[in-house]
Amino acid sequence: MEYEMIVGLEVHAELSTHSKIYCGCKNAFGGEVNSQCCEICTGLPGTLPSLNEKVVEYAIKMGHALGCTINPVTKQDRKNYFYPDLPKAYQISQYDLPLCEQGHLDVLVEDEVKRIGITRIHIEEDAGKLLHDESFSGSLVDFNRCGVPLIEIVSEPDFRSSKEAKAYLEALKQILIYLDISDGKMQEGSIRCDVNVSVREKGSDIFGTRVEMKNVNTFSGAVRAIEYEAARQIEVLESGGTISQETRRWDDSKGVNVLLRSKEDAMDYRYFPEPDLGAIVVSEALIRQMKDALPELPNKKTMRYMREFELPSFDAGLLVENRDKARFFEACTAIGGCSPKNIANWILGDITRILRENKQELPESCITPEKLVDMVARIEKGEISNAAGKTIVEVLLAEDKDVAQIVEEKGLGQISDSSALEDLAREVLAANEKAVEQYRGGKTNVLGFLVGQCMKASKGKGNPALLREIMLKLIEE
Amino acid sequence: MNLYEMSAAMLARKLRNKECSSQEITQSVLGRIQAVEGQVGAYITLTPEQALETAKQVDKRLAAGEKLAPLAGIPIGIKDNICTKDVVTTCASKMLHNFVPPYSAYVVRQVERAGMPILGKLNMDEFAMGSSCENSHYKKTKNPRDLTRVPGGSSGGSAAAVTAGEAILALGSDTGGSIRQPAAYCGTVGLKPTYGSVSRYGLVAFASSLDQIGPLGRTVEDVAMLYSLISGYDPKDATSVNRTYTDFVAGLNDFQVNGLKIGIPKEYFGDGVDQEIKEKVLAAIKLLEKNGAEVKEISLPSTDYALSAYYIIACAEASSNLARFDGVKYGYRSGKGEGLTEMYEYTRREGFGDEVKRRIMLGTFVLSSGYIDAYYKKAKATQAIIADEFRAAFEQVDLIMTPTAPDTAFRIGERSADPLKMYLSDICTVTVNIAGLPALSVPCGEIGRGLPVGLQMIAPHFGEDLLFKAAHYYEKISGLRLADVAAL
Repeated sequence: MEYEMIVGLEVHAELSTHSKIYCGCKNAFGGEVNSQCCEICTGLPGTLPSLNEKVVEYAIKMGHALGCTINPVTKQDRKNYFYPDLPKAYQISQYDLPLCEQGHLDVLVEDEVKRIGITRIHIEEDAGKLLHDESFSGSLVDFNRCGVPLIEIVSEPDFRSSKEAKAYLEALKQILIYLDISDGKMQEGSIRCDVNVSVREKGSDIFGTRVEMKNVNTFSGAVRAIEYEAARQIEVLESGGTISQETRRWDDSKGVNVLLRSKEDAMDYRYFPEPDLGAIVVSEALIRQMKDALPELPNKKTMRYMREFELPSFDAGLLVENRDKARFFEACTAIGGCSPKNIANWILGDITRILRENKQELPESCITPEKLVDMVARIEKGEISNAAGKTIVEVLLAEDKDVAQIVEEKGLGQISDSSALEDLAREVLAANEKAVEQYRGGKTNVLGFLVGQCMKASKGKGNPALLREIMLKLIEE
Repeated sequence: MNLYEMSAAMLARKLRNKECSSQEITQSVLGRIQAVEGQVGAYITLTPEQALETAKQVDKRLAAGEKLAPLAGIPIGIKDNICTKDVVTTCASKMLHNFVPPYSAYVVRQVERAGMPILGKLNMDEFAMGSSCENSHYKKTKNPRDLTRVPGGSSGGSAAAVTAGEAILALGSDTGGSIRQPAAYCGTVGLKPTYGSVSRYGLVAFASSLDQIGPLGRTVEDVAMLYSLISGYDPKDATSVNRTYTDFVAGLNDFQVNGLKIGIPKEYFGDGVDQEIKEKVLAAIKLLEKNGAEVKEISLPSTDYALSAYYIIACAEASSNLARFDGVKYGYRSGKGEGLTEMYEYTRREGFGDEVKRRIMLGTFVLSSGYIDAYYKKAKATQAIIADEFRAAFEQVDLIMTPTAPDTAFRIGERSADPLKMYLSDICTVTVNIAGLPALSVPCGEIGRGLPVGLQMIAPHFGEDLLFKAAHYYEKISGLRLADVAAL
């Protein structure tokens, strides 16, 4: 029997507001244990939460980015459960009235656009972290993460492969970064997800029993977790078993999941409206204003680059992935005068490589869009060689110099004087008679070698296209 | 007359006239505590050094000619569910026997800023759950009017301290009558303010949507003075209402009762209320009528459902609010059991008293899946109806007057075995919390051998000003010697 998997994702993203969601503590990763918490976020008796309005604003931005309906009046609810990392023994979240509902995200999967439905986005607070270490017995709690603002983005069960899930997660991450609402650092736990998986016979329109998987903390982990769980379910079904509704815990290091709790042990969170906080009321005007202020989103941008500049999806994706590069690329195309494809190649090639070597970001370097366009245009016109370009880019990144100035100083102007090149070609031919013989014997690919020898003799300054032409003419003679 | 017997208003005048010092007042009250605390048992923790130090500072500043707050130098007691930085705050529970807050409640900061010496922390029913002060883990407070009887609750320590002269003023909290009922039982004045007019920041929550901190004192004027100090907008409490809070003392004597429309809701004078109490309360209203007020019988038909709705909502919120007491971070932790779950179980089993556990279980039940619609959501709907009925009533009348409690102070131990009967003590007061209204209890006489009766006046939201004026007026015309400290 052929099966298909049905997957839905619940993504938790930490928002990068300056302060926490219900108190004035700094919202930052990596502080000394219990150094970024106060009586409010540690839930001391008598303390009360007051909502950081930035959190609502950030969540609405994400809602707009995912085409959601924004509810102008919503509330917050308590989700009650006991755990040592949850000092109030309830998490303030949103239950039946989320801030954003009914959106979608279009993602590119192998150059095809796939639309994923978004059920809802709500705001909530993060919990602390349990610390285990051999240097002490038992567990300790670090409350720094308590009250870090989160949005939970719940998708429809629209994924049919782990590839789609990965593309979606990557697209979400880019949007979060583009909107400047989350740093998107997986390794710091800024994005975490719960995965819901079921399988069914291909072609069926009835959903199978769903299993929820927790503790999926990387994108590649999500792919492995989904594949593993779908395979596990198929195996159970194939051997005549049934899937039971349960929650499992993904163990990324072992690549397996284990039962966390069965349906019978399902938690009753006893949600009820948070009495310490009033309704969240956002004016229609503000909602509209935020929608109008939304920047072009990375998924849309990628598709536009492919359409408008005829870039391959891979290149377009790479450019868009880094906001600085995308901005730089667009500034170059706005100046015009050379091929966007060539510009993209330089940005993604040598410039990226040199920046990486120097551990530098694009805006920190000296290069400007004007200079890059100037250089690429000169290459396209044959004034300088591609090889010279590599030297020039290096200087452009490091020093505030004009392209013309560098060409002049380094003597990189390309020799396009055909009589000079012809002299050079004759010398090379004289020194490589054997190669000439081979060519005449039918091994025409030695031409490349001969042109290369000419380039070497010209110290890279010869116009290779012109040299090739001259060489061909001389051999034929 | 001893200093501890005087009202805050009198003492404030004396201080300004340099007839006495704050240290003398504070010493007088501390002396009284030393003399009678053994019999009354109003305090869980005493902070005499701190109180005297504050008094000393106030005297210095007064001598230097500084203009201080009206209540500067007047000693006060604080209910033990209101957080005081560096002073243990137990909520009368074993669970918090060693909890020393690293911060002070908003109201405590207001009191400190005004220069009021804090005498200590007052006894109460554990986590404010109870109507007799018998549910304290530490001690049973006695009613200073009759030491064989309860002072009421949950702010029983606050009412008893003020009545016994062990404090000039006190702060309490009122979730379903916890200020007004003990004020009535002890024969003193207590105000449950409009929900949102006094910051709850630092009040250990029982039922967040109903809790309100309020003042207790021996005269209406004293209570108005303290309310003027503690009311106000606090951005740290999201339920605090941002509006202008005036001084509630200035216009007290200008009040004219002519034309004041008083509503008497018949549902508050039914079978559940003691006959003699009804008579005392109606006599008090009659006196106001004789002086020019208009009295009108009104109906608040859903009153019968109020007690049920109250206990469902209050317990639901309490079950969540008290979940944080789990032995992990502060307070009591049982040494029994193995692993996390057993640590939780033993800690909560041993740390909480029976009444608290009963309400946590009730609250957990009414919120649980399958029952929330039938209980919690129904109760919230009932709450809305009750609030609407009050709103409609206040279109016809200015104030509503009822008995504060259906009975007078009962004997210690009399109702301990019957929680439902105990819950009935709240029958006249819970509606006010459900509707978020302000209400004040003022003594209106005694029955039997000196057992005080309380007259409850209820006003529309933020109608404290009218409450104080009407109650102050009643105080004057009643001819009762209301500000008396109990003889012990």
